[in-house]
Amino acid sequence: MLTAAFALAFFYAPTDADQGIIQKIFYVHVPMAIVALCGFVAGGVFAVMHLRTRDRKWDMRSYVAIHLSIVLAVGVLLTGSIWARASWGHWWVWDEPMLVVFLIVFLLYATYQPLRFSIEDPEKQATYASVFAITAGAFVPLCFSAVRMAQGLTHPQAGTMTTSGPASVSQTFLVALLGMTLLFITLWKYEMASKNASSKLRSLRRRLAGDDDFAPASGRSAAPQL
Amino acid sequence: MRRTVAALLRKELALELRTGESVPAMVLFAITTYVIFHFGLDRNTIAGSLASGVLWVTLLFAAILGINRLFVAEHEQGGFDGFLLAPVDRTSLFVAKAITLFCFLCLVEVVAVPAFAVLLLGPSLGQALPALLVVLVAANVGISVVGTLVAALAIQTRARDLMVPLLVLPLLVPVVLGASRATSPLLVQGGAAALPGNWMAMLALYDLLFALIAYAVFDFLLED
Repeated sequence: MLTAAFALAFFYAPTDADQGIIQKIFYVHVPMAIVALCGFVAGGVFAVMHLRTRDRKWDMRSYVAIHLSIVLAVGVLLTGSIWARASWGHWWVWDEPMLVVFLIVFLLYATYQPLRFSIEDPEKQATYASVFAITAGAFVPLCFSAVRMAQGLTHPQAGTMTTSGPASVSQTFLVALLGMTLLFITLWKYEMASKNASSKLRSLRRRLAGDDDFAPASGRSAAPQL
Repeated sequence: MRRTVAALLRKELALELRTGESVPAMVLFAITTYVIFHFGLDRNTIAGSLASGVLWVTLLFAAILGINRLFVAEHEQGGFDGFLLAPVDRTSLFVAKAITLFCFLCLVEVVAVPAFAVLLLGPSLGQALPALLVVLVAANVGISVVGTLVAALAIQTRARDLMVPLLVLPLLVPVVLGASRATSPLLVQGGAAALPGNWMAMLALYDLLFALIAYAVFDFLLED
């Protein structure tokens, strides 16, 4: 799906008159940003479910969603930077609220992993990480609505870009957005499956070896354990 | 609930009066930071947006000192266990701590803002003072709500001193943004302008939203 979107982006959508080929990065950058932000919010929602049901599965879901969104956010910052260099002439523009807010959100979520690392008790770790995920998850839409209120003019909005341009632009954009969402969901499912499998493997090993000489989970990882 | 909060507040204030652990350190830190800014910026007087930026960054960093200390006594002396054993609403601890932090911040500002006016500020403060008080109160509410939540979150972690600034700074960026934008027209050279309403509205919205979130999730931070 994503491949189809990129193919469309290159062959179907018209090249921007004053930005040229670099404008194609729009089809990666914007869907990635939207999906990453939705992933952060989804992490917050999963965290609410975790605190309500006390089921470790929800914590795992929240962890995986936030983890993937952080990776995507790095991609957004990089592609956005490249695009900004090409179209505005600077790697980073401070007077653009959209960029600044995204950076703040990224910095906030970058503390999620250290927070998990620094709490040893797994039960407590899960609870505290959920509280953090809820707070930060509410912070994301608040910040972005504040930015919409005090809008800058240079950052092109996804909405205006798709409605004002020719139809092929908006179609390609929608396909790219769909592709990115599907990519996120697939990765999320894969990671969930692998985490589930490894925790099952661990519990089987523990049963085989007997409880006393069980080695703790391998490596440095703050991922929740089921 | 109200009686519990009052009792907890009395305890906090008595503790602070007798030990003087937080507020004097915060005040001293704020004044030292002004001196640092004087040398760092190489200016004798500042005005406008630069002045409001210096004021708010200093107050924010001073607040982080207070946030760091907020739950230390409870954590080290077993106050959490005592509180959990008492048959009272857990949210009352949050309310009491947030009010305590709010009072600390107000006390710090009583000294730090005049010190700022004497040491660094170019235009006189007198005319801008009523509007500045409104901004200070609105920002203090936001800082104390978020700060209490983060302090309770970070107290159980191993690297508490590290986690508090890392968590609090991004969360408080909207407060600093709103407060410094609202303050900068008050501190311009040659007479204060009116208080900008949209930034005040943003601050108020932020306070309200985070008070609700913190109120909802604080219970989970006290389970043991």
